Amino acid sequence: MLDVKDAVVRYGAITALHGISFNVEQGEIVALLGANGAGKSTTLRMLSGLHAPASGQILFEGEDVTRTKAHEFSKLGISHVPEGRRIFPQMSVEENLEMGAFNRRGSTSDDRDHMYETFPILKERRKQLGANLSGGEQQMLAIARALMARPRLLLLDEPSMGLAPMIVETIFGIIGEIRTAGTTVLVVEQNASQALRLADRGYVMENGRIVFGDLAKNLLHDERVRAVYLGESVES
Amino acid sequence: MTELLAKPPLRRLLITIAVVAVIELMTGPPGSNTAPTAGFKGSFAEHASFFGLFRTQRWVLFLFLALVGWGIVMVWMTNGPRVRVTLNKWLVVPRKFTSTRPVRWGVLGALLVVAVLLPHIINSPFWQAAMVEQIAVYVLLAIGLNVVVGFAGLLDLGYVAFYLIGAYTAAWVTGALPLPPLFNHALNPFWAIPIAIALVMITGILLGAPTLRLRGDYLAIVTLGFGEIVTIFANNLYGITDGSLGSKLIPHPSIHLGPLKYVWGLKPVPYYYLALGFVVLFLIVFSLLEHSRVGRAWTAIREDEVAAESVGINPLKYKVMAFAIGAASAGFAGVLTASQSNFIFPSSFTLTFSINILVLVILGGMGSIAGVVLGAILIQTVTEWLNNGQHWGYQPSDLYIYLGALLIVMMIFRPAGLIPSKRRKREILLSEADHENSHMDEVLLGDDT
Repeated sequence: MLDVKDAVVRYGAITALHGISFNVEQGEIVALLGANGAGKSTTLRMLSGLHAPASGQILFEGEDVTRTKAHEFSKLGISHVPEGRRIFPQMSVEENLEMGAFNRRGSTSDDRDHMYETFPILKERRKQLGANLSGGEQQMLAIARALMARPRLLLLDEPSMGLAPMIVETIFGIIGEIRTAGTTVLVVEQNASQALRLADRGYVMENGRIVFGDLAKNLLHDERVRAVYLGESVES
Repeated sequence: MTELLAKPPLRRLLITIAVVAVIELMTGPPGSNTAPTAGFKGSFAEHASFFGLFRTQRWVLFLFLALVGWGIVMVWMTNGPRVRVTLNKWLVVPRKFTSTRPVRWGVLGALLVVAVLLPHIINSPFWQAAMVEQIAVYVLLAIGLNVVVGFAGLLDLGYVAFYLIGAYTAAWVTGALPLPPLFNHALNPFWAIPIAIALVMITGILLGAPTLRLRGDYLAIVTLGFGEIVTIFANNLYGITDGSLGSKLIPHPSIHLGPLKYVWGLKPVPYYYLALGFVVLFLIVFSLLEHSRVGRAWTAIREDEVAAESVGINPLKYKVMAFAIGAASAGFAGVLTASQSNFIFPSSFTLTFSINILVLVILGGMGSIAGVVLGAILIQTVTEWLNNGQHWGYQPSDLYIYLGALLIVMMIFRPAGLIPSKRRKREILLSEADHENSHMDEVLLGDDT
């Protein structure tokens, strides 16, 4: 579904991604793991059109989207949940959801009701402003807003960031449901154990390279991963 | 002495008096080498009455203002929140009443009737002219700039350029410029209106498309440069604009459409109705836009550009739209000014003018159409009233000192403007809270990273 081939991203003189290649298949949840500065967020910025690669290619459903602009992705069927949630602070929950369906024609109230079923807390808060929601509610709203565009591929940037473990559990549960409902998910995470328990496959990034990729269950038992990301040993 | 100064109320009183004294000395009648403090002219003895003292002794007035200002600050500091709560409680019923649709339409209709009848109520020629040249034109400019600054959140410091282009378009199509009009056929200024509006919108697109990729401060500087460039062009391109001589002999507008014949002459009142018609038209268009898909896209971009992109909004497209749409009313205002006064000079389209319009928008309430209209009418009326005759020794050249002081006071007590746009008000409160929170974050999370 999504194929990244040898993508290089530079910020001026600094090379942030040294030619990474990976793919996401229809119906999968794929996790992109790595420490701070490994290049995870840059990868997602590249995939959502915020930063074009210097070389390499990105294919989505066989179509070249390497130079596609950020705002065109939602029309193609890729929705991005940005890092730090970035909901519209002065819009109500309902308005935020409506913004998610900005490029869709016709009535979106069915989708909205569906979101309220998936995220009952958002229904309770639907007249409240985005700024007044808790972190977990904001993350749910950000995901729901992205789903309002009816994406076939959902990109999630650090959905667990700054959230309490119980809420992270809920959110990851919902990500699982989203996949069951038919949306493919690519999730970038620092919380490796959570992400790997949810995902089908995972890639591990270090210093702007993908160092290895495998089935999630294998990665969970991989010694290198356990040592570095699951905190089983102090060596780094 | 230091003990006395340690008391906040006293310290505030002294600061207020000092600030007011500085403003008093900086403004007023100009001094000379021999009498630098000409503003102090006059004496107590000359005026028997109390009010006479106020009128000629500016320092008495300023001292009085200082005391009043101090009193307000003191009362507000101790009772402000309580007053606000009580006021809100009292206003619940009237607010509910005014928020219903029929009442709103009723109020708007009544305002329109007042606006239509106004030239018949006010007979003074000075005010009839001021209503067109100083109020209607500024309202048009303010509501246009409000689209750019208030709706889309783009700081435009070169808005006067669109006004200039509108005015020079009127001169151009009527054959008043060295540059021959289209097809060498001079048109009536009335037909300059659609041409000017189209031209400023195209200019807005041409300027916006390359520059609106910039954000915040950078955009402000580019627009500032654009405003200056356009004025300098008008000033220097003798072969096209007659340069600093300006363009004279721009005819008055007229309509000859079958049975419909009308000629606007020297009297200001017909221009007032022309302006009023277009003000109403622009107000309708702008408020429809505000609540449309386009308006929602502007709000989204203003609140978070990255998030707006992630939901599929093309920020550049909507910013350019804001630029072009906001320019439209300035284009018409330019034609109105040019065709009413018959002449235009490049020197009247300055940076100060752009900033002046921006001040009206900020004082009225960015993003609030009602606020911006009220702000423009209020400020311009007071300014004109002060200009019309000697009130308290006011000098027109001092205007910006007073406006600046007013702006500072407003930013402290009512940062979102006279009639704040609900959303903008919350955004301002939020950014202040954010500021405090980020500081708290540093304190709380400082050792975490």
